Amino acid sequence: MRTTPKHRGRTVAVLAVTALIAAACAGGDDAGGAATCEPGQVDGDLLLYNWTDYVDPELVPAFEAEYGIEVVEDFYTSNEELLARVSAGGAGYDVVVPSDYAVRIMVEEGSLLELQQDAIPNLANLRDDFTDPAYDPGNAHSVPFLWGTTGLGVNVGLLGDVEPSWALVFDPEVAGTLPGRVSLLDDPREVLGAALHYLGLDPNTTDESELQQAADLVAQAREWTAAYDSGTYQDNLVSGEVVVAHGYSGNFLEAFDGLEGFAYLVPEEGATVWTDAMAILADAPHPCTAHTFIDFVLRAERGAALTEYIYYPSPNAAAEALIDTEILEDPAVYPSAATQARLRFLQDTGDFETRYTDLFLQATS
Amino acid sequence: MRATAPGGAPAALRSDLPRDGESPERAAARLAARRGALIALPPIATMTLLFVIPLAIVAVYSFATRGRTGRTVLGDWNIAAYARLGEPLVLEVVGRSLGYAVLTTAICLVIGYPFAYWLTTRPMRVRAVMIVLVMLPFWSNLLVRTYAWRVLLASDGPIPAAFAALGLGELRLLFTPFAVVLGLVYGYLPFMVLPLYAALERLDLRLVEAARDLGASGWEAFRHVTWPLSRPGVVAGSVLVMVPTFGAYVTPELLGGSRTTLVGSFVVRQFLSARDWPFGSALSMAILLLMLVATVVYFRLQEDRA
Repeated sequence: MRTTPKHRGRTVAVLAVTALIAAACAGGDDAGGAATCEPGQVDGDLLLYNWTDYVDPELVPAFEAEYGIEVVEDFYTSNEELLARVSAGGAGYDVVVPSDYAVRIMVEEGSLLELQQDAIPNLANLRDDFTDPAYDPGNAHSVPFLWGTTGLGVNVGLLGDVEPSWALVFDPEVAGTLPGRVSLLDDPREVLGAALHYLGLDPNTTDESELQQAADLVAQAREWTAAYDSGTYQDNLVSGEVVVAHGYSGNFLEAFDGLEGFAYLVPEEGATVWTDAMAILADAPHPCTAHTFIDFVLRAERGAALTEYIYYPSPNAAAEALIDTEILEDPAVYPSAATQARLRFLQDTGDFETRYTDLFLQATS
Repeated sequence: MRATAPGGAPAALRSDLPRDGESPERAAARLAARRGALIALPPIATMTLLFVIPLAIVAVYSFATRGRTGRTVLGDWNIAAYARLGEPLVLEVVGRSLGYAVLTTAICLVIGYPFAYWLTTRPMRVRAVMIVLVMLPFWSNLLVRTYAWRVLLASDGPIPAAFAALGLGELRLLFTPFAVVLGLVYGYLPFMVLPLYAALERLDLRLVEAARDLGASGWEAFRHVTWPLSRPGVVAGSVLVMVPTFGAYVTPELLGGSRTTLVGSFVVRQFLSARDWPFGSALSMAILLLMLVATVVYFRLQEDRA
């Protein structure tokens, strides 16, 4: 075909745009080999997808002021919501904050960028026990943000001093005779994990009959369970709707602030310990800003402010020196050594994972 | 008849010309039909874009496979998700949902029918005010209104407090089946009242008077005159209440508890908790089909009877 110079110009432009798009796509596919980021480098605004109410109010304005960019925040209330949004790709976020097991799923699905650890010098601030987590060896794709335990919030004003035990939700003699109802999390691994702890079994079991025993326990507990609730359990406990609630440490402590008659207990049979970690999506539009943000959160004073705001313990060793000693010494925030020994991470059970969700839904639907 | 007019004229004009052997009337009718199709284009396009295509995507996912991590694998097509629809758990949840839907519809009818009848006996001005009052709740979001019920029904809320103050003991309403039915009736009552009112308003009261003059009792006049004539309103209202309550999500999720899982929540849990999109999609398709068949059968039965 003949082309006039003018047309040729347009053709060249179209080719150039096509090449750019192709390059951008290739960059997205091979994200690990993307341009290197320098510490403190920013390449645009930060698109942050985080849990609802999970950063102290000064963090985002401080980051915006220091680096002269905007932070656009969006929120989710469960790992499943996060996974559903990002697993298809093209979600358009830079930094996300999945929990340990969700990090593993996202790594396996190729949703996360391999971190350029040189761009995050403050990684040195992490506590030694957080530098090589089982869900993401060597923190290759994620950096711990906060951690905590899953236990029971109890209305001790009504029940008096009770034994810290899963019997409060599973034993017909105890839970069945409470002057009120209980609530359990709407989460297969957490609820079946609690039942397995109560039975003295491994919370990461891959034994069908052990899991079935746990599911039977959960099904039996339906009689005194008001709801399976991961969003408003602390409010239901405080308002008297339930007298025992299964949930995450920090949420209870925040809700109990200024109230008498409530306590957070870690059951003596053992409980779940978890980590929420910052990670960068493989197709993040601004990977350098994302690295810089993670480094910013890892500063000692930022870590301390986070823990003082939401009462979840920090994985940041440098931050501990700055945290209010009252919080550092509160066993409900920082579990004692004896309690820590009873805590277990929920681990990947491979192909057995679907048995957990299936049996949980059967026991609770 | 030749399919195309003589060549030369642009395609758009060609079909406007009378075809060989076609009467001018038929040509005009054909033209009108074509204009009609043009007017119908925007709604057809909207339905295709916002209903047919998403539904097709759900249908495709229902034949896919759940991967190890929960990500849906497109390919390796199978009907495993549909095979699970017969599981006792699924039947239990569907049965429970049907029960709640039927109960809610019955309560709405029992409350809505006398109210709609009473409305038709009021002066025009009162009717207008009452109709606005019936529709008023729609001006605020269902989620907000359901949360308001949570406050009212909560153990430290006004209703249990009043109950306790009367010395009637402790009342637990939130997270119970009662709360779910209450929330559903509250949310869908207007859908019953409005079609009933429309049907009863058209009712010629002279027919009822004639029945009474001919010796029918009040009940007989209602049974044989008013009720049959208002049946289109009853059918429309019942379908408008039953179909959405069967698949309701917000109300049972917020007001219900451990024993009131209905299909709406069950499907959502497949997508979020279980990360089993194929099964969730198959469930959605089955529910859609069930409701479609039920509605068609229901309308047919009522037509036959009328």
